[in-house]
Amino acid sequence: MKREVIRRHRLSVRITHWINVLVVALLLMSGLNIFNAHPALYWGQKGADFDPPWLEMTVANQAGRPAGVTRLAGVSLDTTGVLGFSPGPAGHWLVQGFPNWATFPEHRDLATARRWHFFLAWVLVINATAYWLFGLGNGHLRRDIAPTKADLAPRNLWRSIADHARLKHPVGEAAKRYNVLQKLAYLAVIAVFLPAMVLTGLAMSPGFDAFAPWLVDVFGGRQSARTIHFISASAIVLFVAVHVIEVFLAGPINEIRSMITGRYVVPQEKHR
Amino acid sequence: MIARRGLIGAGLGGLLVAGCDRISGAPAVQDFIGRSEGLTRRAQRTLLAGQPLAREFSAKDISPVFKANGSQTPTSDAYAQLLAGSFAGWRLMVDGLVAAPMSFSLAELKAMPARTQITRHDCVEGWSAIGGWTGVPLAHVLQRTGLHADARYLVFHCADNLGGAGDGGLYYESIDLFDAFHPQTILAYAMNGQALPVAHGAPLRLRVERQLGYKQAKYVMRIEATDRLDRIHGGRGGFWEDRGYAWYAGI
Repeated sequence: MKREVIRRHRLSVRITHWINVLVVALLLMSGLNIFNAHPALYWGQKGADFDPPWLEMTVANQAGRPAGVTRLAGVSLDTTGVLGFSPGPAGHWLVQGFPNWATFPEHRDLATARRWHFFLAWVLVINATAYWLFGLGNGHLRRDIAPTKADLAPRNLWRSIADHARLKHPVGEAAKRYNVLQKLAYLAVIAVFLPAMVLTGLAMSPGFDAFAPWLVDVFGGRQSARTIHFISASAIVLFVAVHVIEVFLAGPINEIRSMITGRYVVPQEKHR
Repeated sequence: MIARRGLIGAGLGGLLVAGCDRISGAPAVQDFIGRSEGLTRRAQRTLLAGQPLAREFSAKDISPVFKANGSQTPTSDAYAQLLAGSFAGWRLMVDGLVAAPMSFSLAELKAMPARTQITRHDCVEGWSAIGGWTGVPLAHVLQRTGLHADARYLVFHCADNLGGAGDGGLYYESIDLFDAFHPQTILAYAMNGQALPVAHGAPLRLRVERQLGYKQAKYVMRIEATDRLDRIHGGRGGFWEDRGYAWYAGI
């Protein structure tokens, strides 16, 4: 079988990708540490202990023993060990939203988590701006990311969904381009979810709100902005999970190498 | 300059607390992270140069129960005596780098021009509550006392000892002149049309809208105008700032 090697990812994509991996991971974990200071989410402008949350993580009595409880839209779920009540250092159990292993810093520390979160937010904005400017300038966004008319044809969409469901990965010429679901997923992250993280984050800032009160209205209030911040982050976590699974299914060494050095061996039809 | 050094210092303090995290323990990293706080403050201050008002709400938006956080009742005997006398013996001292140090009784403050504003209170923990506040604009009080040309900050010394043993635990906060002269920066003696409740800072609390809850000092006893913050208490400009939180709390 002839081995075809192409240059898969350009330098600007590779650099911004790996900065993003680090920054988004730490933003997520420091964000969970911040969330733990008040593990409840509301809709509207206001929301505190005496207002009804739509999501809440807490501890409750279960047959005389403490249990972690997550209340989601009125439904109570036992999440002992992970959400609401989880093991901490030296066998001590902690009453907190997300467990220590999911947060940065590892122990509950709102002041430090906030400092990291806002520092990383600047890095995210600078990195994303660089990605967009390079992507617009060198044609990456237009050529590689923007779905074509043919991509969006219902038959093609349906075939791509079916291929994904059967874990069938493209080979040959088709493997040199992103498939339509891939394009839509990347587009959702770079054009919807990451910008939404920044905008909902700014809408939570009392200083920024005085400058742009309309932004708070766009999201339906400060607590709604906080809720959408959380949902958007969850969407990014879901994307990363699927993204990483796909990398492993498609051939982790080849895929990861293509994002480090740019070199990519085009997968060919397997001989039977 | 001093404020910025203070901010970086606050960054160091907060990160040292997190000693077990190896990455955040490196001094170069701490210094770098601390700098972004100054960037945030300068960016927001640029956007807020026109001194826009924080949004004001209508009476129907007021939180049915406004969560009281931090101290609920100062524990000192002196405060208990003032409370027992309905604050008739209480006086607000305004001193430091002012032209003429003055003190004001509650009745004198209430006789000054008043401002009422229904605003959203955003706690650093993440929750929000809406409440109505009535008080005298801080700018008016400062016009009465005058300010020394070197004055840069106003420090609010409070009656509550949130930190426990000793004077080191006394609550205090500070703002700069950018916020001090903002029309919504008031010394509030009433909440939702009633006398300010003890849990919310009776007899007088600061409202500095556009910043988080911990800047809204309760139980204010004394306002000190100063040119620098590093000689007061822990030197970072506030009770929570001394414990690692950012001095600029606009985000």
